[in-house]
Amino acid sequence: MKTLFYILGGAVLVVFATWAYRVNYETQDAVGRVNDLTRQIAREREAIGVLRAEWAYLNRPDRLRELAELYFPDLQLMPLSPEHFGEPVTVAYPIEDLADAIEANMELSE
Amino acid sequence: MIRRPLRPLARVLDARAQGYNPDTVEAEERAHRMRQRHKAERQRSETRLLLLGATFLLAFFTVGARMALLAASEPEEPRAVASSAAITAGRADIVDRNGTILATNLVTHSLYAQPHHIVDPQTAAIGLANIFGDLDADELHRQFTSDRKFLWIKRTLSPEQRQAVHDLGEPGLMFGPREVRLYPNGSIAAHVLGGSGFGREGVHAAELKGTAGVEKAFDAFLSDPAQGGAPLELSIDLSVQAAVERVLAGGMTLMNAKGASAVLMEARTGQIIALASLPDFDPNHRPKPPISGDPGESPLFNRAAQGRYELGSTFKLFTVAQALDSGQATPGTVIDTQGPMKWGRYTIRDFHDYGPRLSVEDVLVKSSNIGTARLAVAAGTPRQQAFLKGLGFFEPVPVQLPEAGRTRPLLPKQWSELSTMTISYGHGIAATPLHLATAYASLVNGGLRVQPTLLKDAPSPTEADRIVSERTSAELRHMLRQVVVRGTASLGRVPGYQVGGKTGTADKPKATGGYHKDKVIATFASVFPASNPEYVLVVTLDEPEERTGTKPRRTAGWTSVPVAAEIIRRIAPLMNMRPLPKEAPTNRSGATLTSN
Repeated sequence: MKTLFYILGGAVLVVFATWAYRVNYETQDAVGRVNDLTRQIAREREAIGVLRAEWAYLNRPDRLRELAELYFPDLQLMPLSPEHFGEPVTVAYPIEDLADAIEANMELSE
Repeated sequence: MIRRPLRPLARVLDARAQGYNPDTVEAEERAHRMRQRHKAERQRSETRLLLLGATFLLAFFTVGARMALLAASEPEEPRAVASSAAITAGRADIVDRNGTILATNLVTHSLYAQPHHIVDPQTAAIGLANIFGDLDADELHRQFTSDRKFLWIKRTLSPEQRQAVHDLGEPGLMFGPREVRLYPNGSIAAHVLGGSGFGREGVHAAELKGTAGVEKAFDAFLSDPAQGGAPLELSIDLSVQAAVERVLAGGMTLMNAKGASAVLMEARTGQIIALASLPDFDPNHRPKPPISGDPGESPLFNRAAQGRYELGSTFKLFTVAQALDSGQATPGTVIDTQGPMKWGRYTIRDFHDYGPRLSVEDVLVKSSNIGTARLAVAAGTPRQQAFLKGLGFFEPVPVQLPEAGRTRPLLPKQWSELSTMTISYGHGIAATPLHLATAYASLVNGGLRVQPTLLKDAPSPTEADRIVSERTSAELRHMLRQVVVRGTASLGRVPGYQVGGKTGTADKPKATGGYHKDKVIATFASVFPASNPEYVLVVTLDEPEERTGTKPRRTAGWTSVPVAAEIIRRIAPLMNMRPLPKEAPTNRSGATLTSN
């Protein structure tokens, strides 16, 4: 009986020791991974900061104006002026029955 | 073990043979046995004591060793907390009201040398001088061969320069990380942002410190880690600011002015949408303050917040507002404007003779000095002082710019009756364009005194801040509109935006005393739309001269007003303001189709 207890006790000790050993190393691994990720996140944040700065630099009003002037023949971009606002009343109403209208037009042209 | 008997037979027989008592043998044996037992017991106790001593010693050593370890080890943050830190930069960004970046940080490198590690000083010095044009090879060589241990070479490097230095392969040249402040938009909003520089410097980091503008005013906020990197949100609108600066620069060239400033403010809240001062500078390379010459001519000088000018006839609005609000006059009250008006040795004239009398409204519309002087004299000096004080003309503008906080308006030392008269039309008192914009915003927005601010979402004034009645404010708006419709600012008309405003032209004071005859400060303080003002725009030109006519014209009506009108035409659509309909919409061809 006594011997059985000793053997059992020894077995339990071995099991727990193994478990503790593994948990210890898994924790260390996890901590290492967290450190890596933290560093990576910091690097990514820095990169995002650089990209944001670059984006802001590329979108600075002076450059956009120069580009608008450079590509004026293609894009015809102008500074916004009061004339660019339209009034809803000046927009034509949709034709109630498009098919009828087309037919009428075709009859006219025949 | 072999047990030794108490009465060993051999010794007993021996004793009997010799004739003495064998009991003594037993006693001897017994004594011997006793000694043996004592010895064994003593040994056991000694072992126990030793064991106990050892246990305690071990325990004390363990505690001692742990304490020593704790005392010697570096303190460390708990890991779970450290991983959630979101702060990447040492200084927060500054963004405009739409979130566009106005200032951010960029990581670069600084270059330093440790001369005792330099292998080949000659080659290193020549190599560095080739990479950086402003370094001198001989000077570097002299420093590399001196017995210094440390030497800064460059505060910031571009990546290309860093690679070039790296390629020199010199172990004595080292890089340290550096955060630099970047203003991606260049000189736009330069005077608002101010600039920044390095504070305390170390090899591995340097402290960024604001040197002027909001960078300095919000230095503590921007470098406070407790904010978690939240950006500073300004009320400035970058696209509007850029448009204002562009038009203003064009206007300054056209009008041959040597300086210009513009302030655009929300009439109801006092939020500053754009604040420009020309000439300006690039905050990325903020120039050193000038050592010689007039600091007011330096590009660093913020004309809108620091420039104290006599703002001329724009002040007439305050005289009129005071008269209307106190019930002293109504817009229709007729004022004697027969000139010239003599006061002691002093004569007050009008630009033209406007006839013997004008209504209060026409005094403002035609800008009669005599009329306003009479109104001010009738009201009296204390009332005028109280009114101007209420509008903030006695104190620096409470805006978040260190420059503005140091700029106290210039008031007459002795406020005589003559001062009252000249101040009624804006002479003898010098204030900044920012003061003027604040006062105009407060008068036209329904009469609530606004606090100018550069922060987005600043609180609006409440009924407790009232300085003139709603009715007075409406009358003033109508008068300002009439100035543009039929008065001195007729070039300020912008179809669809109901511009109202007041011009002001003041001769510049000479440094030696007296006034220049041919140098003026031309100001146009405008509001739009006049029926329900949303924005106040103050444009000031320094020494403008419009030379298209037969003789140069310098009045604000010919110089500042057209510039302001062009600014409004450009920025109003940018701020999502629809022009008010100018004509009834007509039936176009598209509309006729529907009737088919």
